[in-house]
Amino acid sequence: MSAIISVDKLSKHYKVPVREAGLKASFKSLFKRQVNIVKAVDEISFSIEPGEVVGFLGPNGAGKTTTLKMLSGLLYPTSGAVSVLDYEPSKRKAVFLQQITLVMGNRSQLSWDLPALDSFELQRAIYQIPADQFKKTRDEFIELLELQDKIKKPVRNLSLGERMKVEFVAALLHRPKVLFLDEPTIGLDVTMQRRIRFFISEYNHRFGATVLLTSHYMADVEALCKRVIVIHNGKLLFDGQLSALVDQFSAFKTIHVTTSGFASWSQYGQVLDQDAGHVSLRVPREKTAEITSRILNEQAVEDLTVDAPPIEDVIDKVFSQKKAEDKAA
Amino acid sequence: MRRLFDYYLTNMRISIQEQFQYRASNYFFMIGMIAEPVIYLVVWTTLAENQGGVIGGYTAGSIAAYYIVWTLVRNMNLGQSPFGWERRIQHGRLGMELMRPLHPVHGDISFFAGWKMVMILMWLPLAAALVLIFKPTLNPTWLQIVVFAIAIWGAYLIRALSLALLGMISFWTTRVSAIYNLFFALELILSGRLVPMTFMPLWVQKAAYFFPFQSSFYFPINALVGQPTPIELFSGLLFQLFWIAGGVLLLNVVWHFGIRRFSSVGN
Repeated sequence: MSAIISVDKLSKHYKVPVREAGLKASFKSLFKRQVNIVKAVDEISFSIEPGEVVGFLGPNGAGKTTTLKMLSGLLYPTSGAVSVLDYEPSKRKAVFLQQITLVMGNRSQLSWDLPALDSFELQRAIYQIPADQFKKTRDEFIELLELQDKIKKPVRNLSLGERMKVEFVAALLHRPKVLFLDEPTIGLDVTMQRRIRFFISEYNHRFGATVLLTSHYMADVEALCKRVIVIHNGKLLFDGQLSALVDQFSAFKTIHVTTSGFASWSQYGQVLDQDAGHVSLRVPREKTAEITSRILNEQAVEDLTVDAPPIEDVIDKVFSQKKAEDKAA
Repeated sequence: MRRLFDYYLTNMRISIQEQFQYRASNYFFMIGMIAEPVIYLVVWTTLAENQGGVIGGYTAGSIAAYYIVWTLVRNMNLGQSPFGWERRIQHGRLGMELMRPLHPVHGDISFFAGWKMVMILMWLPLAAALVLIFKPTLNPTWLQIVVFAIAIWGAYLIRALSLALLGMISFWTTRVSAIYNLFFALELILSGRLVPMTFMPLWVQKAAYFFPFQSSFYFPINALVGQPTPIELFSGLLFQLFWIAGGVLLLNVVWHFGIRRFSSVGN
């Protein structure tokens, strides 16, 4: 299967003027302007197969949005090669733009003063969606997102979550093959996040669409993405299965024990939490099986579960480790 | 082409609906806009009466006709301002528009075309009031009426393209107000907006031929109010066509280079 998105040594560098504070520096900058080169994205390479849902992770300023913008044709790369659906995005060909969408959690393409139904109609005209396909897709999405009683209200009267759902309908009416989602659940409550996640997943299954998703909510990533790409300071840190990321960067697991007996639990690992009948232990990942077996043999165990650390902790560890390496270098 | 036509019609419909939501605000805008020609009208009518009834070839009645038609033409040639372009680039709205398989200029032209429909509807009672007060002299031929009906849309396209080109300077620099103000000053003098072009010194009238301004103001007004010959009417339309073609060409060139500079940072 050939890649639907292919990125080779992609870079985006910005020239940013800098100067000291004060009148003297201001005057000096009239004659000699100092410019810093900011490497927002620095020679990253990856490829994505059709139908994949990939999480694109990184702290603020890592270069995620810049990469998405280059992939969707909004920005011209400084160097490197990009191919999406066999098109060069920066050429912004209409036939390419008709097959992709970019949803940004903090941006809207809806008409603020009119009911969403009118904005949907405009999308139909923009993408020249055949009337029967438009009606079918629109009604399907409205039902899937439970928007029946919202679409006749002016968009300005909708809540943030309702607006985001409507935004998704508008962005996907033309059934794009590639979805670039930049923080699509930002600011939404847990129920609304779940609903949006379900919708993305449904869309991916029904239409076989490829999804590249950035989100600071790890629940989004865990629910939708088997594979993640981690970027930091414009450079690629990790590209692989989410489970492999956890294995690679998490040295510990947590064992939760429900017991009726008394024991010195510190002999098994670091006690994280203990109260009547319950104890949580942090143990080295490679020794998890051995320690679990010892506890089961030596203690009066009623119940035992083993947890991998929360994905947030793993990601945090990836970035702190990288920061420490950069500092050392 | 059919696709574009469908999009234009749909966006015009959307625009009309939006403008109806803000009818009061639009009416106040219209009243404010009509204040400008009414001032010119009062000044020049008084001057004409003091000079024996005629000034620059215009009678008090034809001056009244000029400025009343002016109000309609001014409505017609309003479009997305360069300040709007500046805002859409700086605030990231352009990013979302660029995701569409259509040039953003199509969105602007169709949106303001719809806006005009509502504004013309609102203009009618005001125009009727101006007619009652200032008693214009207006006796156009059928040819003049047909040419005027075409010319006001030509005027709109010329001005919409000029404003878009001006707005695209924001791709290179963010402090562009000074350039806009220079444009609007030149337009005021060379378009027939301030006074009919025949009131201007000959060298100004000659210089005006090198700019698109009078094709979007003086030509459509004079086509209806003046006594142009059929040749003058057709050559005026040809001039409009020339400026539209030039505008489209230049817009494509500027867009080609400008969009490469679009950084869309933080948006």
